[in-house]
This record gives sequence, structure tokens and C-alpha cells, in this order.
Amino acid sequence: MQFMLLFSRRGKLRLQKWYVPLSDKEKKKITRELVQTVLARKPKMCSFLEWRDLKIVYRRYASLYFCCAIEDQDNELITLEIIHRYVELLDKCFGSVCELDIFNFEKAYFILDEFLLGGEVQETSKKNVLKAIEQADLLQEEAETPRSVLEEIGLT
Amino acid sequence: MPAVSKGDGMRGLAVFISDIRNCKSKEAEIKRINKELANIRSKFKGDKALDGYSKKKYVCKLLFIFLLGHDIDFGHMEAVNLLSSNRYTEKQIGYLFISVLVNSNSELIRLINNAIKNDLASRNPTFMGLALHCIANVGSREMAEAFAGEIPKILVAGDTMDSVKQSAALCLLRLYRASPDLVPMGDWTSRVVHLLNDQHLGVVTAATSLITTLAQKNPEEFKTSVSLAVSRLSRIVTSASTDLQDYTYYFVPAPWLSVKLLRLLQCYPPPDPAVRGRLTECLETILNKAQEPPKSKKVQHSNAKNAVLFEAISLIIHHDSEPNLLVRACNQLGQFLQHRETNLRYLALESMCTLASSEFSHEAVKTHIDTVINALKTERDVSVRQRAVDLLYAMCDRSNAQQIVAEMLSYLETADYSIREEIVLKVAILAEKYAVDYTWYVDTILNLIRIAGDYVSEEVWYRVIQIVINRDDVQGYAAKTVFEALQAPACHENLVKVGGYILGEFGNLIAGDPRSSPLIQFDLLHSKFHLCSVPTRALLLSTYIKFVNLFPEVKTTIQDVLRSDSQLKNADVELQQRAVEYLRLSSVASTDILATVLEEMPPFPERESSILAKLKKKKGPSTVTDLEEAKRERSVDVNGAPEPAPASASAASTPSPSADLLGLGAAPPAPTGPPPSAGGLLVDVFSDSASAVAPLAPGSEDNFARFVCKNNGVLFENQLLQIGLKSEFRQNLGRMFIFYGNKTSTQFLNFTPTLICADDLQANLNLQTKPVDPTVDGGAQVQQVVNIECVSDFTEAPVLNIQFRYGGTFQNVSVKLPITLNKFFQPTEMASQDFFQRWKQLSNPQQEVQSIFKAKHPMDTEITKAKLLLGRSSDLGQHSLKKLILTLQTLWALASSTPKPPRLDACCVWSRICKLRCTGSRCAQARTLFPRGYVTYCRSSFNPMQAVGLCVLFPCVSATLGDHTAHSTMEHLSTCTSSLGPGRGWDTKGLLTGTTAGLPVQGGPGSMKSRQPVVQSTN
Repeated sequence: MQFMLLFSRRGKLRLQKWYVPLSDKEKKKITRELVQTVLARKPKMCSFLEWRDLKIVYRRYASLYFCCAIEDQDNELITLEIIHRYVELLDKCFGSVCELDIFNFEKAYFILDEFLLGGEVQETSKKNVLKAIEQADLLQEEAETPRSVLEEIGLT
Repeated sequence: MPAVSKGDGMRGLAVFISDIRNCKSKEAEIKRINKELANIRSKFKGDKALDGYSKKKYVCKLLFIFLLGHDIDFGHMEAVNLLSSNRYTEKQIGYLFISVLVNSNSELIRLINNAIKNDLASRNPTFMGLALHCIANVGSREMAEAFAGEIPKILVAGDTMDSVKQSAALCLLRLYRASPDLVPMGDWTSRVVHLLNDQHLGVVTAATSLITTLAQKNPEEFKTSVSLAVSRLSRIVTSASTDLQDYTYYFVPAPWLSVKLLRLLQCYPPPDPAVRGRLTECLETILNKAQEPPKSKKVQHSNAKNAVLFEAISLIIHHDSEPNLLVRACNQLGQFLQHRETNLRYLALESMCTLASSEFSHEAVKTHIDTVINALKTERDVSVRQRAVDLLYAMCDRSNAQQIVAEMLSYLETADYSIREEIVLKVAILAEKYAVDYTWYVDTILNLIRIAGDYVSEEVWYRVIQIVINRDDVQGYAAKTVFEALQAPACHENLVKVGGYILGEFGNLIAGDPRSSPLIQFDLLHSKFHLCSVPTRALLLSTYIKFVNLFPEVKTTIQDVLRSDSQLKNADVELQQRAVEYLRLSSVASTDILATVLEEMPPFPERESSILAKLKKKKGPSTVTDLEEAKRERSVDVNGAPEPAPASASAASTPSPSADLLGLGAAPPAPTGPPPSAGGLLVDVFSDSASAVAPLAPGSEDNFARFVCKNNGVLFENQLLQIGLKSEFRQNLGRMFIFYGNKTSTQFLNFTPTLICADDLQANLNLQTKPVDPTVDGGAQVQQVVNIECVSDFTEAPVLNIQFRYGGTFQNVSVKLPITLNKFFQPTEMASQDFFQRWKQLSNPQQEVQSIFKAKHPMDTEITKAKLLLGRSSDLGQHSLKKLILTLQTLWALASSTPKPPRLDACCVWSRICKLRCTGSRCAQARTLFPRGYVTYCRSSFNPMQAVGLCVLFPCVSATLGDHTAHSTMEHLSTCTSSLGPGRGWDTKGLLTGTTAGLPVQGGPGSMKSRQPVVQSTN
């Protein structure tokens, strides 16, 4: 996989993960172009399209589009299920994927790193991925010292 | 307040994010962000040391701002500090920031690498995981240099935790993809292969990806993986859906791993019989499962199952050895063609395309033709229709071509604009390839132009004309059909072009019918004239002059048209020139001459369809699914030889459309043997030099030719480097400034340009230069001066070899440096008596050179005559200079359009004609070579001196086959010849002693007079 983009129905980019080296300018250009292309497609159309020399696999969940760019010989259907598995993982962690829009964006990245690395599937077992994330949460809670709400909201 | 999930304590961040979300306008958002940035900046700069938590929070905010699309230029150091925190979440945020916002700041990289090194050594699996994720996410060369040695050890160490192994495998994969040279194969490779046997399926999944990538480049090292992969796959596909526990996905056992294993097997040919049997069983099982009722209604179940199935079919197609499996695969795909899931229909069409190219399954694919045609008509998604077009193209053969072409044509009327041009190309190719009946072919192409004229590229209409001209059986039909098509009130300009050309050639075949009498034909064409673009009008003018020859009865009508102000005074030079010349030709030439000059076009040499080349260019080789095509492509890749240049390359830039048809710009065929250097002809100057360090850069040959008559310009250019030249020559000395421009933003290191002269060249040409600075900064230009002295005549050109390092890779470029003999030519004043006196003196046996050789190819007078039309040889200019230029143009056309190696022949012909002209004798012989009209016309006022001068220049012309260069040569020539007064000859300042083509030289020791080489035609 070359990259993965998550964006809202209104075209707002929520998550971007690049597995090939590209300049910021190129990334922005690709993002703009793809968001436009994908949003223009109608609901019943097929989930794959040829774009430049890549294949784009995308799927929509509620108001969020998940869009992956894979190479010519890669398997489209299994990529579609990569997206689904990632959505399931996010669901487990957040309760509902829509919240990704707002908070915990960093966590979405951590989960992705546990699931996909360097553009390839690392761990397909939901349990194992969640275990890794929970472990991190556990470590985090131990480390966390309680803080007053005022300090939190105060002049931070 | 938004709900914050457990464990995440960064409330300040949540508040900030919700502020941003609540911003009503872009401006408000930017304002809020700037406020936050100022706040963070002051915190980072403040005197009070921040605790880890605050640092984490601010770094996280920066990251969020960056991901919103704003630039972040600080905070890197704070993020790096977080890496060395002992708290997991702080470290984690630090790594995330680094992964997303890598900065090439070298100091920072050192610190980051240090932190990673510590974490890798920590033996804490969670920390190791974070460090490996960071390396895999950044994947830079610096990181590869630092860790490529370490990671394989972690990967194969016995005590490494499974999750760390998984990360290590994929981390190594990323580094290998980015910098393969830094990941050497070693002892670890065999142990990596055995990870395929690992108990932990997650480890196997990660390792399979790594092995697949490594095996593609190093198949020998990893060939043991084949049997391991097969047995692993076999265990998976035969397992019950519960066996693999959490690795079962919607009742499908380990779909990701299965797909990866099948992918790995595609790196290798079919395995040994024993393993092969087992693999075949696996593949059959997968095919069988596709027939079983689904275990779940969920789309995830069917997707995962079919993902494995499609990958299995890919492997079957890749092996292309089991007819039984191929046919079963085809049947399975056939079922999918009518599936209600659009995705499956799309994939089935795509996959069938490759099946169609296998001899075993081609017939099976063809049985689905009706379904595919139906898909073309009914699919609502353009990307699916596109696949259907591809598949129809792939399954087309002689038996179904008519049906498929008809369907594609009718689809074209409603096709999406984005794919029209491609369909046009495909239809044109199929129509030609499978035409039994050429009337069908002509109809099809004319239909194409009618339906989608705007998308019909030049290649397509060139091709139909080539085919009509080459096949007499279709000419009458073609003339009749275009005539009818032209009667439509509005017809596409491409149709006017085809119609004009064909009627100009074959209008006589239908002139017997009073409905298409000559005058009606002419009026019909001329009614379109004013609506057409300049190139088309130019073509029509040529048609008119052809009509003058074909139909004497319309001559006066056409002359009137040519004579009208809108033609004779047309603002466009090309149109004006044609009108003037054609008008003169029609009035001065006898019918005999006209008949010769304007004779029917000769057949075109057979060559690869330029349309096919265009389609390949447009779609890439993978979609041209013809089996043989694919094989040929492959062999081309292996040899690294470029494809034969498509005729289209030259077509775009040439102004005269009628000339383009011959593909004059096409590269001349390579000489088959060593050049016949016995004659010592000047043309040898332009033969390829034998010595070169790197193979000469592609395209440099063209540039080289351009410099024959030019001293300044760009010699070479690629993505990294541009080489410009400025040179001046005086007498036997010259100076050349070479400018090397670095087009990138990175430094070139060890930049060393070297001038290489072949042994025999060294003695004749003195080159002196100083070395240049070995570093060339990004965007900078360095200059090198070369002092040149011509000691004696030479034929080869020196080679400029440039070597440098760019971003760690070694670059090696070689180009021929355009120092050619003609740079040292000098005109000299000489009274005509003196000249002839000297000429006669050169009569000693040593001073004569004569070589007799057999022409390699027959010189067909008919072809020659017809080809002369190209240059529009009807030289009607007012003075002899123009005539000469036209002559030369003609010869140039002859030289470049004769299919077989023309240079030498043309040169001989040229020198011969000069001789004939000089002496004014042997006209009869000339007639065998050139059309009567031409020779008689030129003979009337001829200046021998000019001919001699041109003689010397001619090799230059024959070497410059590009249209552009020919043009500049003409200009150059005209200035040369016009500066020649009567009685002037050419000399090369004692540099040229023995020369060819009757060049008079100033006496010097060993001066020789050469005789013209005599051509013995094999005809």
C-alpha cells in the first residue's frame, strides 16, 4: 500500500498515512485530487478506480471516507477488508468511528501502526492489536498523576 | 463537553480541538490556531522547565495543527526530548511527531537515531515496537544506514517477542524498498525463510510480505520459501473455520496470509512435481469453496473469500500451465460477470483480460462475449465499462472482430469523453489487425472519424491512407466512400484530410460516374476548404495540383483558385508557397512532366502500426494484452533496447502533413555491417563512434546532429543535468564552452567530466581542457572550456563522459561532443581559370581516388521518382539559389525516406549529379536516376561552383534526418551559397587533403583529387 487517507464527506482530511517518500507539496496535491475524485463518485459505483498508475480502493462509513492507494498487482478485495478491519479496531477503541473526527486523532495513528506497518498488514488478529493498545493504555494510566480540572482547562 | 475516552488525560488538547471544531469560519480557525501557536512558543521558550506531560500535550497540539494543513516550524527539539522519556505515552507522542514531521536537520537526526538505538537495546518489547514503528514510518536513508545491520539480528534472534519480530520484519521491508543497497543479504536470510513455519500467524503474515519483496530481487536466495509457502497455504485452506481462532475473518481462515502466500508463489515458476501436486490441490480447494454456499451473508465474508480466490486465479494465470485450472478459473469469473456486486463484476472483467491472453483459456473467455457486450451497454459505472472495453479488446480475434468492432463503435457514440481516444485507438487497431475485407476496414475508420472525429489522432488517419495506398483492391472503394462521406453537410476535418488525400490519389477511379465527375469532386473538396485549419488546407492544395494531373479538364478552374489573392497572398507562408509553386508548376510543366512529378504515391514500407505504439504509450505495456505483444515487450525490456521510434514522434512538429505520412522522422534503419570506409567518404564523420564509456545517452544522437550546423545550444538534458554548449571556430582552431547545470536542489559530488578521443582521433584532433570543481551545488552551473585544434581530417567525434554522485547514487552519462570536420571549413577566393587549372593539375594517379561498390539495395527508379514529389521538386524559384535549395530538399527527402540505408546512396547520387551538371553531359544517365523534368529544368542555368560547395555540405544534410535540423541546414546553406561569388571554391585550409565528391582543394603536399564513387546498382 502506498498511502491511506481518511476524510470527511465535506472533504476535510482526518488522517493521512504515507508509506512512500513524497514531498509535502505532492502529498497535498494528491490529497486534493483524490478527495475530489472520490467524493464525486456515486454510492452504487464500484469501490475501485484506476488513478495515475495506482489503484484506489475506498469505502465510506457514515460520513467518513477511507481511501487506500495500492499498486497494480495488489489485491483490491483484501484491501477493502483492511479498511473494514481498521474500522472495527477504531470502533472497539472509541465506541464509534465518528468520534475520530474530533478527538483522539493520535490514537487512531497508534492503532494503525499496530495493524499496518510500512504499508503491509502486520497483525490481522483483532485481539492482538487491541491487546497492544490496551497495554499502552494501562501503562498510561499508571503513569498518569491526577490533575485538577482547573489546571487542565486553565491557561493551557 | 466532549467525552474523553479512558486513559487519555490531555484535556487541554480536547478543549483546543473542540474550539477549532466550533470555529464558524476559516479566519476564526486561523486566529485560534495562531493564538495557540503563540502560546506554545512562549511555553517552549519560557524560563520554567516544562514537565513531560505539558511537553507531550503541546507537541500533540502542534501535531494536530500540522495535520489540519498548517506549517509547523518548531517543536522538533521538544519532540525529540520526549523520545527519551520513560513514560510510555510521552515517548509515543514523541515518536508520532517525528514520524509525521521528519526534518532533515542532521543534528536532530543524530539525536533521534540515538533515542531509537536506546529503545532497541532496552529489551522492553513495547519500547522496541515504538522504535521500529518509527523507523518503518520514516524509512529514510539515514535510518537505513544506522539500523539496517541491527534489524535482521532482532528479527531472527531466538528470544525476540513475536510482536517485535513482526515489526522488525516490516521495518526491514520498508528499509529494503527505500535503500536496497544498504540491506545486504546474509546468514539471516535462510532463517527468515523459516519464519514461514512460525507458530504465530501474525509473525508469518509479516514475514511473508518481507520474503515476497526480497524474493523478487533475489529469487535464488529464497527459493526454499516455495515449498514452505505451499505447505502453509495448504494447512490454511484445509483448516476448519474455527481452527485459526482470531485469524479467521468472517469464517474465512487467514485471508490476508493466504493472499500474501499466493503472491509470494507468483515470484516463482511452477514448482517441482511433488510440491506442484500439493499446490494444485490447494488451488482446486479454493475454487471449490467458491461454489459452496456462503457461511455468512455479510459482505466481509464474501470479500475475504473472493480476495483469496482472485489471488489464486492470478497465480493460475501466472503459471499458465494447467489448462484444467485455467478453464475453471474462467468459468468462475464468468459467474462473477453477472454478480450483483459491482466490485466483483469489475474484478472479473479485469482478471479475464489476462486470461484472454492465455492460449488455454482464450476460447473459454470468448464464450462470455455477450455478457461483456451487455456490460458495456448497461453498467452504470464508467470504470466498469472501461474494463469491459479492455476485455473486448483482449478477447478479439478473427472470428469475432466484426462483432466486437461494431459494438465498440456503437458504444463510442455515448462513451465517456475520458475514454474515447483510447477506444478509437483500439477500434483502429482491431479493424486493421483482423481485416479480411479491406472495404470493411475503410468503412470502420470513416465511421470512427464520423462518430468521434475529435478523438481520432493523426496516427489513425495516416494509417488508413497508408493501407489504402498499399492495397489496390480497396482504392476505388475508398475513393467512392470518402466522396459519399464528404457530402454530409458537416463533416469532421479529419475526414476532409482523408478525403482530400484519397481523392487526390484515386479520384480518377470514380470520375467516370457523372455524379462524381472531376469538377464535382473538386467543388466538394473546395467547399470545405475555408473551414479548415492551415495544415488541412495545405494538404488540399496538394490535392488540387494532383487533380491538375489527373483531370486536365479542371486545370483552369484550379489555376483560378490558386491564383486568387486568398491563396497567392495568404499570410501563411506554407500555403502561399504551395500556391505559388503549384501554380507555376501547372503552367510551365508539360503534361509529361506533370504526370511524372505528380504520379501516384508508391506503396509505403511495411512497419509496425504507429497506432499500436501510441496505445502502448498511452496505456502502458500491461494493457496491450496480446500474447505476442506482451512477450515482445518483455524481450525489449531485457535487452534494454528502446522500441522503434513511432512515426508519430516526428509527426507532431512537421508543418507539411503530406510529408508526414511517410514518417520521414522515423529513425533510419541501423547499418547492418561496418560502414564501408574504404571510400573515405565524408559521411563517415557521422557514423557512430566505436568508443564510449557509458552507452551514449538516448536522444543525444539527435542533439548531435542538430549541432552539425549550429554552434550553440543544449546538447543534453535529463532530470538531473543539463549540458549547454557555446562554441566558436576559426581556421583550424576552435574553442568550446561547456556549461553543466545542476537541475536538482542537491549537490553533485565527485563531478568529473572527461573527454575521450578514440585512438585514431587523438592524432588528428587536439583537445585541451582544465578539470572542473568536483562539487556542483544544487541549481548551480559550472563552465568548462575546451580548446580545440584540428590537426588533420577526422571522422569520429570525441565523447564527453560525465560521472558524479547524486544523492548517493552513481551517475554516468556519455554524449558525443559535436566537433565535426565541417566546423573547420573555410571559403577561399579563386578565379575560375585558377580553379580549373588546379583541377586539371590534380591528375597524378595518387591524387585520384575512385571506389566502386555495389549498392546494397536496389535503386528503384519508380520509387525514386515518386519520392521526389515529397520535396515538391518542381523548383520554380526565380533564381538558381532557390533551385539548389529545392534540389537539396529533394535529395534530403530522398535520403531520409528510402526505407533502406540511404545515406551513402544519396550522397553518391548527389555527387554524381553535380558532376553531370558541371560537365553538362551524360544527361541520359541522370534520367535514370531523376525525373526528366527535374534534370532538364535544373540544367539550364547552373553554377558549378555552387554545386561543388553543396557537395561538401551534403553529408551534413544527409546526417541530419530530423526535420528541424534539415530546416536549419537549409538556412545555413543559403547563407553559404549566397556568399559565393562566381568562381569561388571551397577549401579547408590544408586540412582536407584527400576528399570526396570532387572537392577542389588548394594544393598541398599529398593533395588528391577524388573521383566520384560509381554506383553499381544491383537492379
